[in-house]
Amino acid sequence: MGKHNTPMLDELENGPWPSFVSDIKQQAEKGKHILKEAPDDLLGVMELSYKDKVTHWKHGGIVGVFGYGGGIIGRYCDQPQMFPGVAHFHTIRVNQPASKFYTTKFLRELMALWERHGSGLTNMHGSTGDIIFLGTTTDHLEPLFYDMTHELNQDLGGSGSNLRTPACCLGRARCQYACYDTQEVCYQLTMEYQDELHRPAFPYKFKFKFDGCPNGCVASIARADMSVIGTWRDDIRIDQKAVKAYVGGEIAPNAGAHAGRDWGKFDIVKEVIDLCPTQCMRWDGDKLEINNRECTRCMHCLNVMPQALRIGQDTGASILFGAKAPILEGAQMSTLTVPFMKMEAPFDELKELIEKVWDWWMEEGKNRERLGELIQRKSWQEFLRIVELDPDPRMVDEPRSNPYIFWKEEEVEGGWTRDIEEFRKKHQR
Amino acid sequence: MPYDPSDPLKDRLTDLGPRYYKEFFSPIIERNYGKWLYHEILQPGVLKHVSETGDEVYTVRVGGCRLMSVEHIKEICDIADKHCDGYLRFTTRNNIEFMVDSKDKLQPLIDDLKSRKFPKGSNKFPIGGTGAGVTNIVHTQGWAHCHTPAIDASGVVKAVMDGIYDYFGAMTLPAPVRVSLACCLNMCGAVHCSDIAILGIHRKPPMIDHEWIDKLCELPLAIAACPTGAIKPAKTASGLKTLEVNADRCMFCGNCYTMCAAMPLADDVGSGVAILVGGKLSNRISKPKFSKVVIPFIPNEPPRWPSTVKAVKNILEVYAKDAKKYERLGDWAERIGWERFFEKTQIPFTHHLIDDYRFAYTTWRQSTQFKF
Repeated sequence: MGKHNTPMLDELENGPWPSFVSDIKQQAEKGKHILKEAPDDLLGVMELSYKDKVTHWKHGGIVGVFGYGGGIIGRYCDQPQMFPGVAHFHTIRVNQPASKFYTTKFLRELMALWERHGSGLTNMHGSTGDIIFLGTTTDHLEPLFYDMTHELNQDLGGSGSNLRTPACCLGRARCQYACYDTQEVCYQLTMEYQDELHRPAFPYKFKFKFDGCPNGCVASIARADMSVIGTWRDDIRIDQKAVKAYVGGEIAPNAGAHAGRDWGKFDIVKEVIDLCPTQCMRWDGDKLEINNRECTRCMHCLNVMPQALRIGQDTGASILFGAKAPILEGAQMSTLTVPFMKMEAPFDELKELIEKVWDWWMEEGKNRERLGELIQRKSWQEFLRIVELDPDPRMVDEPRSNPYIFWKEEEVEGGWTRDIEEFRKKHQR
Repeated sequence: MPYDPSDPLKDRLTDLGPRYYKEFFSPIIERNYGKWLYHEILQPGVLKHVSETGDEVYTVRVGGCRLMSVEHIKEICDIADKHCDGYLRFTTRNNIEFMVDSKDKLQPLIDDLKSRKFPKGSNKFPIGGTGAGVTNIVHTQGWAHCHTPAIDASGVVKAVMDGIYDYFGAMTLPAPVRVSLACCLNMCGAVHCSDIAILGIHRKPPMIDHEWIDKLCELPLAIAACPTGAIKPAKTASGLKTLEVNADRCMFCGNCYTMCAAMPLADDVGSGVAILVGGKLSNRISKPKFSKVVIPFIPNEPPRWPSTVKAVKNILEVYAKDAKKYERLGDWAERIGWERFFEKTQIPFTHHLIDDYRFAYTTWRQSTQFKF
């Protein structure tokens, strides 16, 4: 029996899916965290929210560690007398290792650190990718930061109007589709832009996300101001023998992803050739042909026959800009900006591009205006001038349908200065 | 030297960044980096990756609660120490992946994971989340930690995952289904491109704490925060500076409250759940697309949100029955037409579902092609 009576939350201990309520209770009972009352009082305040159907957390105040403007989010309970253990309950964002591989040694060290300085509760991981230490008091912030940097060689992540902690897919560590080294570029850019990450100087947040291929496992096209998505510009590699093995039923299509239902015998024409969005594939019963020039690399055929088809060897990434969630002007996905860039360390071309974009956004962006909104307000044309790229039909779904072109004076023969008196010589008023 | 509170800047280390990811690779991951050839899903939640070196790595994926205790993480470490030489990883969707370097180590790991339960019986480590099934719901903080939510997060996710649990541990759907939850429109969980999105929304304009607002907030920032220009300066009867909200223009985004704590808008009956469907992130076959609002409001029903669970399950099951192999939920809805989507799911189509914001016209139908 915990400190508070929580009949509604207790209902969430039932059912097969892991129960966070049971988990918080086990921490309350046997955890070694220093803020002893925190898990119990978190259950208490949540139970109150379940009763009242509204949150009991207040706006964060300004808290942080010296010299940083991000990484810690202030959080206070609006019923501190009832729940003193979570009266001050600040969040700490800890920059996760790229693609979230861990040794148990490091995880245990992190947990020991958090036991010494907080509530014993975490998020593994937050939406942007950070390790989240959930709930501590202001007096623990500096000691925690000191111990984390000195003992674990580990830094905070981003928050506020700065570069948010970059994130990437697991890439070459365990995936055959990775068209570039997502972890390495994620790590190197995180290190290069530590100042931007820790000291807010932007109009609003800015996110980098690195997807190794167009399957998009880290959701960069929807969630990152700069989305880097792996691609290739040569030919898909075909193992004709393996294609036949798929056709013959020797290998399960789609790596077995549909094994739970009887979808009938694999039909390469129906399931691959006819579903190809550009219709650039042909199967004559013996040989698979791909007209690679017409392929848009949607990944479907590779996903269906991973043992027969491999990505090309001239690999790199497409760079897109401007995605964001709906606040405020509506949700946006990133727009294709650089169709292909080689992605090799030290990634100077990418850094140059980023810095051009940031300079413009920091100069022109309004308070809390995401890059995607600025581009909409100023125009894609203006954005292209800033990043010094030529217009390319691949940047649009279709050309404009309205003829309201903002011609520039220098584009029009003779310029815009005309003489009305000369005009009147030929045309009466 | 330990931290010295009298001299906090002494020996200060900053800008260290994250630890280098390669420190955390197991030998098999390290030596096959960039050499993987293909993968197979051996059973739901169990993957085999084959390298050109001939190495094979076996992964068991288990669902995790994103809100996780230190004690639970220690247990995860114990499992990884026992079976995986002390290595593990987390996925972008809050799953945990345990990897072993040979097939004979797989079954003992699976058996161990399956045997671990919380005292009331919920599974600590459900295996699944692969292929044409439902994987873990990514979500936000909700009532556990956030000041702007319209709904809880962890509790709704737990209730929904209990309701569609069988689809997590199976691969019986036409294509993967990604369910996501964001507890307000800020969408720190960015659910706007999910097959099924559970979104917290408000329906009452902000209240104004007239006596305090000028002390707590920068009034011009709150005015500027409103995307519809619904907020203007005002004076109280006693002459205090305050703000006024034109309620007819409020679209309940909560951006003013983000800027100004004296304008709370959450409400026990005003706030609740909206359901969006048909979004996707991958470029596979069709382009990435946004999720669309199909249920404008479901009341908050703690502790188990039965109407929300029922709505998600209904959409999932109608889709599962009707869609073709490889067809994502949004692709299916587009093929059959949205009029059919509402017919088949028996969801009422109301005026709330017709866009009237910035790009509204682009979603209206300019064609005589429709279905009776």
